[in-house]
Amino acid sequence: MTHFAAVVLFAFFASIVFGITQRETPRGMVRYGAYCFVLFVGSAIALSWIMYLIAR
Amino acid sequence: MATEENKSAAAPVAKSGAQSEPQQGFVYLPLIAGWLVPGAGHFLLRKWGRGALLAASILGMFALGLAMHGELKSEVHDILDMLGLAGDLGNGLLYLVSRLAGLGADKVQVTTADYGTRFIVVAGLLNVIAAVDAHNLRTGRKS
Repeated sequence: MTHFAAVVLFAFFASIVFGITQRETPRGMVRYGAYCFVLFVGSAIALSWIMYLIAR
Repeated sequence: MATEENKSAAAPVAKSGAQSEPQQGFVYLPLIAGWLVPGAGHFLLRKWGRGALLAASILGMFALGLAMHGELKSEVHDILDMLGLAGDLGNGLLYLVSRLAGLGADKVQVTTADYGTRFIVVAGLLNVIAAVDAHNLRTGRKS
């Protein structure tokens, strides 16, 4: 399993739980879950690029 | 003044709404069941869809952690180990059964095992969140 696949799977499962537990309506759950997923993966990619540029 | 009237008008509705769903039985049962078995708290409250999704997510994360040769904490050497053990214990019976079955690595020996260890700990923490959510549903704090 690649690091990126691990990140995506982690974000996917965590976002489902966050969506269900932090919102009351199904629509709100889906929206918040998607929001969390994008934040998880997006921040991982952004931090990876920052570390890559710092290391050079 | 108008606000006071609104409050007094809304109060009986809220009371009657709460009375229409009588709360019977042990109020902490969904919390304990949800901790022991992922999703069980929601199943007890007949929230089948939410329970199934929570169970699939937590079980999936835990299984992936084991598949990546993640470590199941058994002894504590420092404060970080203690926090890891607390996270592992959040998995409830999953942790206990896996320990008894000899699953999980004793020591992290490959790179992915470190990720696996985190997956197992986070699955436990997510399970605690799900169990508390079931408790909130049971007490009426959430619908």
